[in-house]
Amino acid sequence: MAGASTHSPHIGSGFVRADGPAKVTGAALYVDDVRPDDCLYGATVRSPVARGRLLGLKKDPAFDWSDVVIATADDIPGENVVALMTDDQPVLATGELRHVTEPVALIAAPSRDKALAAVRHVEVLYEALEPLFDPTESATSPIRIFGDDNVFSRLEMVHGDGLDALGRAESAGAKVITGTYTVGLQEQLYIECQGMIATPRDDGGVTIFGSMQCPFYIVKALKRVLGHEKLNVVQAVTGGGFGGKEEYPSMVAAHAAVLALKTGRPVKLIYRRDEDLQATTKRHPAIMTYSTAVDPETGELQAASVDLLFDGGAYNTLSPVVLSRAILHALGPYAVPHVKLDALMVATHTPPNGAFRGFGAPQVMFAAERHMDRIARELDLDPIALRRANLYRDGDVTPSGQTLFDVASIEVLDRALEAAEKPLPPSLVPTRPGGGQAAGRRASGRGVAIAWHGCGFTGNGEAALKGKADVSLDGDRVVIHTASTDIGQGTDSIFPAIVADVLGIDVERVSNAPHDTADVPDSGPTVASRTAMVVGGVVKQGAEKLLAALRAEVGLGDEADFDTLLAARKSDATLRVRAEYEDKGAQWDPETYQGDAYPTYGWSCMVVDAEIDTDTGEVLYRRLVQATDVGKALNPVLAAGQLEGGALQGLGYATSEAVVLDAQRRMRNDRLTNYIIPTTLDAPPMETVLVEFPFADGPFGAKGIGEIPHDVPAPAVAAAIEQATGAVLDTLPMTPEAVLAALEAMEAGEGAA
Amino acid sequence: MKIGFRLNGAETTVDVTPMARLLDVLREDLRLTGSKEGCGEGECGACTVLIDGKAVNSCLVPVVQVRGASVKTVEGLAEDGRLHPVQQAFIDHGGAQCGICTPGFVVAAAELLERDPNPDAVTIREALAGNLCRCTGYQKIVDSVARTLASAEEAGR
Repeated sequence: MAGASTHSPHIGSGFVRADGPAKVTGAALYVDDVRPDDCLYGATVRSPVARGRLLGLKKDPAFDWSDVVIATADDIPGENVVALMTDDQPVLATGELRHVTEPVALIAAPSRDKALAAVRHVEVLYEALEPLFDPTESATSPIRIFGDDNVFSRLEMVHGDGLDALGRAESAGAKVITGTYTVGLQEQLYIECQGMIATPRDDGGVTIFGSMQCPFYIVKALKRVLGHEKLNVVQAVTGGGFGGKEEYPSMVAAHAAVLALKTGRPVKLIYRRDEDLQATTKRHPAIMTYSTAVDPETGELQAASVDLLFDGGAYNTLSPVVLSRAILHALGPYAVPHVKLDALMVATHTPPNGAFRGFGAPQVMFAAERHMDRIARELDLDPIALRRANLYRDGDVTPSGQTLFDVASIEVLDRALEAAEKPLPPSLVPTRPGGGQAAGRRASGRGVAIAWHGCGFTGNGEAALKGKADVSLDGDRVVIHTASTDIGQGTDSIFPAIVADVLGIDVERVSNAPHDTADVPDSGPTVASRTAMVVGGVVKQGAEKLLAALRAEVGLGDEADFDTLLAARKSDATLRVRAEYEDKGAQWDPETYQGDAYPTYGWSCMVVDAEIDTDTGEVLYRRLVQATDVGKALNPVLAAGQLEGGALQGLGYATSEAVVLDAQRRMRNDRLTNYIIPTTLDAPPMETVLVEFPFADGPFGAKGIGEIPHDVPAPAVAAAIEQATGAVLDTLPMTPEAVLAALEAMEAGEGAA
Repeated sequence: MKIGFRLNGAETTVDVTPMARLLDVLREDLRLTGSKEGCGEGECGACTVLIDGKAVNSCLVPVVQVRGASVKTVEGLAEDGRLHPVQQAFIDHGGAQCGICTPGFVVAAAELLERDPNPDAVTIREALAGNLCRCTGYQKIVDSVARTLASAEEAGR
């Protein structure tokens, strides 16, 4: 029995997360829990105006400035740019102020209170200029924000006969149904605010430690800001990201670094909640118009045109990629043979919008699913039957010309409906006892919506990036080196389980090296539902390479297990192997947007049961059932947890999360008291059915699951409201005020009819 | 001003301004950083501690108010190196993801379980309504608390 690996596989089991004990005891160290000796505290002076010419700073002479350091753009050692896709966004504004809360200067002081007080005693002097706020006027406005025409990105896709087919279908008896759908801003609302510590290094460089998703984004940005490469970036335990810590941390890190280099001391820069809400990126608002030619008898979708207008805010950030994902998901999970899609991302003088879970998909899928409900309403078809008739199946072709496989669309619909038909399990009794305690009248409804979501980067993104991972031997233990961060989703637990199963050892013997860019290779960013599916696959290859290297070293064959190989080693030299993403030969043309848009797609059906209080307009969630295709659940507990969290963020997007802006487009409800994310009492009991249609190129068959749960809770809620009351809402968020207005509009309409 | 109180079972004295927030005294003066700040205004519950057994947002409490009281933080939940049963349940049932809200949740849940060792889902949701989580959708948190007693009994066998 020597060396027999008798442990059962970890993958597919509910193994506990590696960071669980540290997190439940308070021992896990987040950035604000760390306080270097001699540390100063940073704070940011920001633009009070949406647009203006910056004239300077005025320090209050009555304030004690003796122990305060102020840094401006002049103190940036390298270039004044936050390098991302384009070089339009400065680290600190000079010349023109382009949005309210834009960083203008930085403060370092011996205490947090002193730093914040100093900010209040600096006045930003400016000459106000006329701002541009309306995205519908941006591309034609004489006011310039970006380039020649304020357009960050313009995309067009044609498939089949495009627009011609729409007219032809109409002539042949199809009904053309048109609707416009709008969505507002949404805040990621990670519970841990943005924060970084920059520490000067002995070699004149700087170490960045903080809350982030993408360490190598910060490396890329700081090389330009510092003008050299003497830097390393280390991830702290990170209290949520959801995209909000994809690109924005580069800004926070640059600010902390500038202060640390100017003062020669460690600088800790932690945002307050109000500052975080006012200044950081949000989900893009959008206006989306759909026209679809439908066979009035069968409900067959024959042709469609879509116009998408997204508001990027004052700087480009990642907006072109958001628009890309939006246009590729625009029609939802439904086959339409002839389509013409146009998408525009424009600039306005508002705080920049950026990455947020789903990345353009939740916006368009709200529109696509509301449009399906409109078609059902206008043609008097059953909404679910209409969907079933048009859902993608294996072999169907998308608007980008990609032939689909592993399509779980019908399966997720059937499994979700089946689960929702069963009575609520006793352990999941309704959140609020309901009935009786409120005077309001209640109407009950059920809404169903279906999502598809491309997993991983678009097109040839993965092949171009070539994500890397190292696996090394440390005595009889194994260490994984990646830049893939654990932001709650469990990456630091999933990767060791993958490696342990390849090597046939207990997961306790596998750990992750700190995510420090001085040590780990660039695995690519922790975004786009790619980490488990893509980097997990690279890590799996790394483990296989380590095993092969060990076998070669000791000269034993496949029959020898890991411990036998270890025992046969003659040296205890470090063994470290590197694996890299292998190009799977995806065909993609970024010019025409034709080809294999994504390596594979996930599928999800959400069923929402809700009661609508017709006196207050409040939507009370009673139950949420989802069936979601995960390819293979690497860990069913972690997978379901991520899917449920995403679903609740989607319910927040649906009804409670309104961003209220003032005249300068500053977020007014900049507190958790008035930016309302769901509590335990707002959240419904949730049931999650994991559907497994394996993806051949994913580790153990896994697909990406991080984003899909956010895609269609909102349209399912809108459908539930419609079923319960008849009121039609095509705008997010569907706040109580909006629901009441829709109810009143409906009653007025009925009165007039 | 010198203020004395019991902290996680040990007599403690701090010399701070009496209106300092208990949260800051814990985190900055006593370096107990398990209690987190998510909002600073009593909405998110990440800073929840027990004062004389009652769950309280420590960001809203001037430290002078705990003079002579008994304060328990997340660091004090485990006893003799053994996790509190609800801490173990959060690990076993997926109650923690990013973990920034977790200290507040386990402290609030520990208070509930002290009152009601076997609460139903409604009771759990009501008791934890002052704690915000953005990762889990709450279902796994509710499950963790609901299964604490059963898990502990199973482990005790």
